[in-house]
Amino acid sequence: MKGSNSHGPDRPRSDGSWSDEPRLDAPERAEPAPSAEDMMTVAASRALAGRRTCFVGIGLPSLAANLARATCAPGIVLIYESGTIGSKPDRPPLSIGDGSLAETADTVVSSAEIFNYWLQPGRIDVGFLGAAQLDRFANLNTTVIGDYRRPKVRLPGAGGAPEIAASCKETIVVVRHTPRIFVDRLDFTTSVGHGDGPGARERLGLRGAGPVRIITDLGVLEPDPGTRELVLVNVHPGARVEDAVARTGWPLRVAPDLAATEPPTAAELDALRALTS
Amino acid sequence: MARLAALPEALAAAVRDGDAVAMEGFTHLIPHAAAHELIRQGRRDLTLIRMTPDVIYDQLIGAGCAARLVFSWGGNPGVGSLHRLRDAVEHDWPRDLAIEEHSHAGMVNRYVAGASGLPFAVLRGYAGTDLEGVTDSIAPITCPFTGERLTAVSALNPDAAVIHAQRADREGNVQLWGIVGAQKEAVLAAARSVVTVEEIVDELAPVPGAILLPHWAVDWVCEVPGGAAPSYAAGYTDRDNDFYRRWDAISRDRETFRSWIDANVLGVQAK
Repeated sequence: MKGSNSHGPDRPRSDGSWSDEPRLDAPERAEPAPSAEDMMTVAASRALAGRRTCFVGIGLPSLAANLARATCAPGIVLIYESGTIGSKPDRPPLSIGDGSLAETADTVVSSAEIFNYWLQPGRIDVGFLGAAQLDRFANLNTTVIGDYRRPKVRLPGAGGAPEIAASCKETIVVVRHTPRIFVDRLDFTTSVGHGDGPGARERLGLRGAGPVRIITDLGVLEPDPGTRELVLVNVHPGARVEDAVARTGWPLRVAPDLAATEPPTAAELDALRALTS
Repeated sequence: MARLAALPEALAAAVRDGDAVAMEGFTHLIPHAAAHELIRQGRRDLTLIRMTPDVIYDQLIGAGCAARLVFSWGGNPGVGSLHRLRDAVEHDWPRDLAIEEHSHAGMVNRYVAGASGLPFAVLRGYAGTDLEGVTDSIAPITCPFTGERLTAVSALNPDAAVIHAQRADREGNVQLWGIVGAQKEAVLAAARSVVTVEEIVDELAPVPGAILLPHWAVDWVCEVPGGAAPSYAAGYTDRDNDFYRRWDAISRDRETFRSWIDANVLGVQAK
């Protein structure tokens, strides 16, 4: 699902912000207008501003983390579960084992060391995760769709995610906002977010604060400080609240002071294109 | 005590039908040539152990070598699904495949326990997840000093560990560096071990941060240049990302997969 113009909910609005036409208030640019996918990556990268260390999942999180390093978080230490600490790749790696992650790292450690010494004690500021399913408390499924023993779809599984979600000081989740992902009930709980609500993480002995922000191609969700249920707090340019509600498998709450996400700046888009071209 | 041997000979001695085998290498130094030799030798009913099954176990599973898989992340990194793994789990093709599933932290601690001669390891993990309910080798444990509730995972002690490394000397001392994953722990946890290397040299020049497995802790060393491909050996070869992408189409269809195995594994002699 690439690009914003091929299906209904991401169609351009009347203000032209998703149109292929140049915006009236912007200088004419040769590149296409930013897609919903680009907006998601940029919004995710901004969430790393001011963070010192980030444990990075592969895919969308890795692209966003490297964009952050090129824009709002130049000194951020990116840590990959392959054991590379302080990776500075020029291009987002295809896999967490790409040679560029090790060659550009401050140090490379064994699997036992990365999980036991670096992740488990809670040294890392942010864990950056994706998911195949997410529920209203930001619990995540990356294991199976359907019954565990007779799955409809066998997904890759846990990898580093359960302990990233448990032990980082905070976690940020990057997912596309679709009904298949935003479900009322997970088929399997692979990684715990806010469990069944207030106090769940404390009862389970999880020491990190858990998911603080969910970034999608439509907007941003954050847990309500009281109920821990996800609330839509930001909507991206060109996206509509009703789309977010319609694509969520539970009655989605919308913040009374819902904000509009700042569109990507030229500098952010240039940095993103440099990473992906 | 390490013996230098040809790969077919070493694997025939180290890995038998029904064995539990750990072929480690976390997205680097993956022992693909050794896996192809196991397919050629027609091994059956193996318990395959690996944090990231990756393309290497997709091939062994699709070729019918495995009865059981012990793992923590079963995807084609950066590309998508492992279609042979999925076909086995979802449709029992080419046979049923039992799975024992962990997180990476759990798996690596199981190797650490195995290498340390302990029956289990302790970690902060799994609390609140559904993994504890589906995997017997995960159990809660109470700290005898603080009363804190933690998680125990049982030790992994494979019958055989198979890894790829950059190089060895003629005595069989093995040197590996770069992303080193859980190879050291897997070798030390296993009853027998086979190491394929890019080259055998007269003298191992020190490399900063390298792991050295002493010759008396390794059983067989085989010189297999390029033995990690399409994975890589830092300092020797590059990761063939294009192959990982192509594997998606090759592995998606049973017949295409079988033709690929026929042409690229069964129809090829071990080096």
